Amino acid sequence: MSYVAIKGGKAAIDGAASATEYLRSKGSLDEPLTLAMIEEQLRLLTSRVVSEGGLYHPRLAALALKQFQGDTLEAAFALRAYRSTKPRLLESPVQDTSNMRCIRRISSAFKEVPGGQYLGATYDYALRLLQLDLANEDPAAFKAVAKNFLRDTAEAELPDNFPKVIDALRAEGLLPPVVPSRAPAFDITRDPLVFPVPRSAALATMARAETGGLLAMAYSNMRGYGDVHPTVAELRVGYLPVKLPHPVTGELMEAGEVLVTECEVVAMYEGAHGDELPTFTLGYGACFGHNEVKAISMAILDRALQKGMRDGPSNPSEDPEFVLLHVDGVDSMGFASHYKMPHYVTFQSDMDRLRTTQQKMRQDTEETA
Amino acid sequence: MNTHYELPLEDAGYSFGFLDEYAKKEVRRCILKAIAIPGYQTPYASREMPMGRGFGTGGLQLTLSLIGADDTLKVIDQGSDDSVNAVNLRQFVQLTCPGVAVTEKTQEATLIQSRHRIPEKALTEQQILVLQVPYPDALVVVEPSEARRKVMHGEADYSRLLVKLYEDVVRFDEITLSHRYPTRINGHYVIDPSPIPRWDVPRLHQSPALVLLGAGREKKIYAVPPYTVAEPLVFDDIAFRVEDFRDTHGRRIACRCCGSTVSFLDELIDDAGKVTHQCSDSAYCEEQQETISARKQA
Repeated sequence: MSYVAIKGGKAAIDGAASATEYLRSKGSLDEPLTLAMIEEQLRLLTSRVVSEGGLYHPRLAALALKQFQGDTLEAAFALRAYRSTKPRLLESPVQDTSNMRCIRRISSAFKEVPGGQYLGATYDYALRLLQLDLANEDPAAFKAVAKNFLRDTAEAELPDNFPKVIDALRAEGLLPPVVPSRAPAFDITRDPLVFPVPRSAALATMARAETGGLLAMAYSNMRGYGDVHPTVAELRVGYLPVKLPHPVTGELMEAGEVLVTECEVVAMYEGAHGDELPTFTLGYGACFGHNEVKAISMAILDRALQKGMRDGPSNPSEDPEFVLLHVDGVDSMGFASHYKMPHYVTFQSDMDRLRTTQQKMRQDTEETA
Repeated sequence: MNTHYELPLEDAGYSFGFLDEYAKKEVRRCILKAIAIPGYQTPYASREMPMGRGFGTGGLQLTLSLIGADDTLKVIDQGSDDSVNAVNLRQFVQLTCPGVAVTEKTQEATLIQSRHRIPEKALTEQQILVLQVPYPDALVVVEPSEARRKVMHGEADYSRLLVKLYEDVVRFDEITLSHRYPTRINGHYVIDPSPIPRWDVPRLHQSPALVLLGAGREKKIYAVPPYTVAEPLVFDDIAFRVEDFRDTHGRRIACRCCGSTVSFLDELIDDAGKVTHQCSDSAYCEEQQETISARKQA
């Protein structure tokens, strides 16, 4: 199969597609993966894809994961492309996350918080020892796991909603009061980022950013190239009721719910402006699905970017252009991949320049010799 | 969630041209703005396309927004209609734009989407050339911040770019920029003409065809309108030069297939290490070969 197809490009593409499909099926002794299996058993993978895809559709995310053989970048990409075919029907109003049906809710700022700490499902305190008995799992025992859990768990002392930890901090004057923004939220799917951009554009960009990319930027800030020393005021994961205006009456009604991870970090206070008392500063992160590292990274970067937007960046992670233009998985992965395409015309042009320059310098050396 | 949700059937959910109508309208509005301000990078909300960012999604959005059922499309990559990426993009347009005719012949096309080349054959007023752009801003080599570059463009301040060219001349006695040669449009904005070789830059000048440039990842559309001045950035005493295809004896190398000595050539190295040359524009090369064989028969 020739790479630089002088002729035969179509045959090469068709061949590549069938070879890829072959690899998808070759090792399977049994049946193909079902979408439900991916969505449920690989729920964190699905979460990552709905979040980076910027489209809340776990079933399609599972399909994309199946189709692209587990590649999260490609799967998120396919969801985004699917989204391009759909018109925007309306602008959703602000959703109140205190109404979230939490499956997990913690604060590292306080020992106890109003509403209580709920660890929920997490690997945070698990030993990362390979659980070898999963290698050959008995289907009956596997099914019994869920059944036994529900049987042994007492029914619903969980409240329907939890107060926000930062509200308590705000009430005490440790955080600045919320200044409601009059400007409509920036829609990154309808407007390109032209800098400077408002905070809402930064938040939207990070909400669908690639997890690893966002983490790397946030990590640079955490470990020295920045000054956010964050405390997780609250991290919550749960199902958020989505309220949309009724198409006829305009009245808000619940259209469904989305799994969301939300994080607020509180950072050390800064010098007061004028007569105001100093306060802590706040960073906010939220994304579709269960993605805690992403939400924390986003919250740290939100705090860093707010500082950069106000005082000018003193680190890469405080520079809105640097962060926001380099964290998108679809953009960065696409561009890195495109280098695999033929570039022989531009390379011809490069060689021409190098040869001409070499020739000239050779002549110069000969003349001086 | 509703576990009985039915996945969209194959193709069924897609409108003509893949993108929803609002998206296409938005792109067309930006095209008009780009034509009205020659060389200005018009920002637009680039949609995600089902191929990689960097594979021509900017060009593709232009093509899909412009194309109608009565259009004839030609897609090339590196000058070739049969390069994998060209095939891929053409197949996608055919899949999502039923009724659109495709061609390999430059003169038959009403719309030409290209990566890295402008066809050898002169284009006409009836044609639109869409170029795929990875880096829309010529100033990026001297200034990484887009916000600062925007100000420089507004003030037509290209001094740092000229300094870069000057430094090249001092160090190498040559301007080392090969493809993507900065080109001033209509006496103001300097554009990155996309990674076309120097060879193709003069074709932008007073081109009868509208040239549209689309950067999907960087979310910009810009244009060289028909019959517009397009000048590569140079100094008065240093002429702009295109790629040199002369052998060591100073003779112009000919295409091994059609014998042309006036086209941009690809350099091929066979298994024995022997270097040969062939037209990069495959449609042009084939036409030359047909003309030759017709002449022989006659």
